Amino acid sequence: MTTNIFTGRTWPRLLQQRHLPLLATLALLLVMYGVGVSQYRAFSNVQVIFNVFIDNGFLLVVAVGMTFVILTGGIDLSVGSVVAMTAMVSASLLQDGKPAPLVLLIALLIGPALGFVMGCVIHYFEIQPFIVTLAGMFFARGMCTWISETSIPITDPFWTAAAQERIGDPRGNFVSVSVLIAFAVVAIAAYTLAYTPLGRNVYAIGGNPQSALLMGLPVARTRIAVYTISGLCSAVGGILLSFYTLSGAPLIAVGMELDVIAAVVIGGTVLTGGSGYVFGTVLGVLVLGVIQTLITFDGTLSSWWTKIVIGGLLFVFILLQRLIGIRKK
Amino acid sequence: MSALKNHRLFWPVLVLVALLTANAIYRPSFLAVQMRDGHLYGSVIDIVRLSAPLILVALGMTLVIATGGIDLSVGSICAISGAVACFYISQQPDQNSLASVLTALVLGLGLALVLGAWNGVLVAIIGIQPIIATLILMVAGRGLAQLITEGQIITINSSPYKTIGVGHLLTLPFAIFVALAVTVLLAALTRRTALGMIIESVGGNAEASRLAGIRSRRIIFLAYVISAVCAAIAGFMLTANVSSADGNSAGLWIELDAILAVVIGGTSLAGGRFFFSGTILGALIIQTLTTTVYAMDISPQTSLLFKAVVVIAVCLIQAPAFRDKFTRRKPTAVSQKEQVPA
Repeated sequence: MTTNIFTGRTWPRLLQQRHLPLLATLALLLVMYGVGVSQYRAFSNVQVIFNVFIDNGFLLVVAVGMTFVILTGGIDLSVGSVVAMTAMVSASLLQDGKPAPLVLLIALLIGPALGFVMGCVIHYFEIQPFIVTLAGMFFARGMCTWISETSIPITDPFWTAAAQERIGDPRGNFVSVSVLIAFAVVAIAAYTLAYTPLGRNVYAIGGNPQSALLMGLPVARTRIAVYTISGLCSAVGGILLSFYTLSGAPLIAVGMELDVIAAVVIGGTVLTGGSGYVFGTVLGVLVLGVIQTLITFDGTLSSWWTKIVIGGLLFVFILLQRLIGIRKK
Repeated sequence: MSALKNHRLFWPVLVLVALLTANAIYRPSFLAVQMRDGHLYGSVIDIVRLSAPLILVALGMTLVIATGGIDLSVGSICAISGAVACFYISQQPDQNSLASVLTALVLGLGLALVLGAWNGVLVAIIGIQPIIATLILMVAGRGLAQLITEGQIITINSSPYKTIGVGHLLTLPFAIFVALAVTVLLAALTRRTALGMIIESVGGNAEASRLAGIRSRRIIFLAYVISAVCAAIAGFMLTANVSSADGNSAGLWIELDAILAVVIGGTSLAGGRFFFSGTILGALIIQTLTTTVYAMDISPQTSLLFKAVVVIAVCLIQAPAFRDKFTRRKPTAVSQKEQVPA
């Protein structure tokens, strides 16, 4: 009665214990939104929410990739640099006058290729994901400055069209193309995790790699796949970022991996792997976005409060995960 | 020869010597050391001086990694302690007074103790994964540092404080002596008492150590506190180098360099045995690499490419799985590789 009130059959499915972090994030999001609406009249405007998505579309895509990696119990520190590298490569190829479809193809291949190599090294040579992806991060960031030390503007018509296209309702609320792409990525990822063998393997490996291996699951293939997926998501994120800024800059998205990991953790994915949802990651990204929006709306708070608040939230959510973990035992 | 090759410091020393040789060939004046104004100057001495903060951070990191943990917050702690010290000095009427500089250092160290204890409590008492527990302070710490400096870069004009970074003692840079003192202190503490062995046993298996009568939690807690204090001293050096505190960029990415130094030095990230000598070599390798890249007129950011190559090479060489594949059964290595994807 005292220990497992949330797993009792009489409780609705939504209130299971494993959903608790997710519900906490949802509650937090609603509270923050409520505070925003009560404090600032303009906050209730639908466009505010749309802007959160527009500003954080690339973060969302990258965080979805990171969710796969963290679900297997790994970590990918290279995402921020891969995002920057993808944007840089696209910008420099476009500057050379290459056609947009070719540039898109090349840009979307580099990230997964790097992810694939990192996955292979992690799996076959048994080196910690932390160190391998750290090297990947250095490599990608070094490539950025090797391509160019200064920011390269993008003037390609396809890119500018994608950046300026507004998809909206007659009342003037709109989203960008990036948001739709981000939603598509989220939908595909959620489907993959919930309904495909790959998704089940990801959860199984995160739960217990040894058991997964003994059960005959393709551990090698899955583990390499998640890093490749993370690379692909980072590449898509890089393209979205280049839509957003219409340039490639060597030092863009520095430290982004921290925001991404924070979003995934706040979204309720357990860092030891095996438990979490893409939907939670969406909520995590929204929490980060709404914090930034609140601080912008306030105007008197300085930007560093964002970091302190995110750190504080990380602490609360990790503590929550830990407490649930203890109760399970 | 094979005994030499199997020595754990063989590869790090080889890499360092190779880097120094490459430099000496590229620029013959590289190894020259001259006496100017009673101080010794030269590229080699510069490398040692500039690597002092990294050595300090890496030494603390070695202890944390030896317990099977990791401390990502050291860069933020560098920034915070540097910011506190500079902020205090900037508020004093006489910035050159030795007493106020010492007070500033005590304040910075005190705050570092608190931050280290925070990490230690999260990891050792609450039992949060080290990567994540220290990630909190890594993210929030930068914000705290900027809060202290109010988003500005605090510039100070204090010669005693500046000494920590660029001063000289007995013709050599003062920073070298600080790094040396901390190294000797930590080495004596861990290798002349049972502490080192206890740390290694906790890193090997915390639960077994606890059952054997070691207070594992206390040892883990202690490692994070030491790491934070080392980071704070490095933070003083970094800010003293430029006589200013920038909450945003002081000690940026030093945690990654420190982890690299530890790994290059042969301490396994899985915990267990640790080697201070290897860590110091690792830090020197990283600084030599950076200096080399500067000397060869390559953009500093591009040095990250070289770092990536070195890291992967060193990790592969040290990985048992990699060695097995390529050293023991060389003739079958190809056929093995082909089987692997199946």
